[in-house]
Amino acid sequence: MAFINHAAKEINCKIVYYGPGLCGKTTNLQYIYTKTAEERKGKMISLATETDRTLYFDFLPIDIGTIHGFKVKFQLYTVPGQVFYNASRKLILKGADGVIFVADSQEERFEANIESLENLQENLIENNLSLDLIPYVLQLNKRDLPNVVPVEELIQELRYKGEPYFEAVAIQGLGVFETFKACAKQVLQTLR
Amino acid sequence: MALPDFVMYEEEYNKLKEVIERLKEESGSKIVFLVDKNGQQIAGAGELGNIDATSLASLTAGNVAATDGLAKLIGEKEFSLLFHEGERDNLHISIVGKRGILVVIFDNKATLGLVRLRVKKASQELEKIFDLIDEKAKKQVGDSENFESPFAEITEDDIDKLFGDI
Repeated sequence: MAFINHAAKEINCKIVYYGPGLCGKTTNLQYIYTKTAEERKGKMISLATETDRTLYFDFLPIDIGTIHGFKVKFQLYTVPGQVFYNASRKLILKGADGVIFVADSQEERFEANIESLENLQENLIENNLSLDLIPYVLQLNKRDLPNVVPVEELIQELRYKGEPYFEAVAIQGLGVFETFKACAKQVLQTLR
Repeated sequence: MALPDFVMYEEEYNKLKEVIERLKEESGSKIVFLVDKNGQQIAGAGELGNIDATSLASLTAGNVAATDGLAKLIGEKEFSLLFHEGERDNLHISIVGKRGILVVIFDNKATLGLVRLRVKKASQELEKIFDLIDEKAKKQVGDSENFESPFAEITEDDIDKLFGDI
């Protein structure tokens, strides 16, 4: 649910990064944070455990520019990926305008991706949203590792509705902005 | 989709702002913020320059959402009030209607009792304004043939240009 503020001439949209534990959701946000000019970003907040695992969410506000006199702002959130934090994941999806699913390309995480995608769909439905309708992008992360599943195989299993997909190495920044832009673009298109 | 986009016009914004300015004065608090349950900042009053309003809005919404989850776990509809006491400043967080959260920051110049009293009064006024906002949005949806979104003319090119320098 975008917030269109005619008084402040601002559009605020929310994008949520979803995916299994340790797939690189926080890394995506960290890269965007480090590469975005000071005047275009707010503070990045990470509510994490002592071992740097996301406990509740990461949050990064970004200002991407002006369109037809309105300042366009995106609020990027990640969910905690670990299975037992499901209650928190559900809360964070509330009011999302777009979702990015970050898949971990490693063979041993194949099942975890599928479970997380199913979990995403369930939690969207509980928030009266749906993967069929919401702007959605798939990112295949960690493509630099040796034990990755071929792209075609991942796509076959994880691509839900012909959404755009991007190969990524989030830790080096590869594919990070492409993924974000593709999702943000879809979100803005829904405002029309 | 769950809820329609939240569209706020100048008229309602000014009304909301007036209520929270008054709340700030009458309660003797330092800052009053109105945020929505999704973590967007709606309006603020007081010494806003000293505070990161965007972070405050998102953390407040997260806090309220988690508390709401806790309430449901024990069979409560919601906990409508959260209070955090600090050494110097205190935070009073309350839910307004279906979509608003009111955040009041105050120090020892104000009392919790007075803040609670004034918040209650202001909440009722804010709720009425939120209802007006909803009514307006519904009217526009019903009148969609004559209503044109200000973004109807956004082109692919406009969107591409936006990302040009990111």
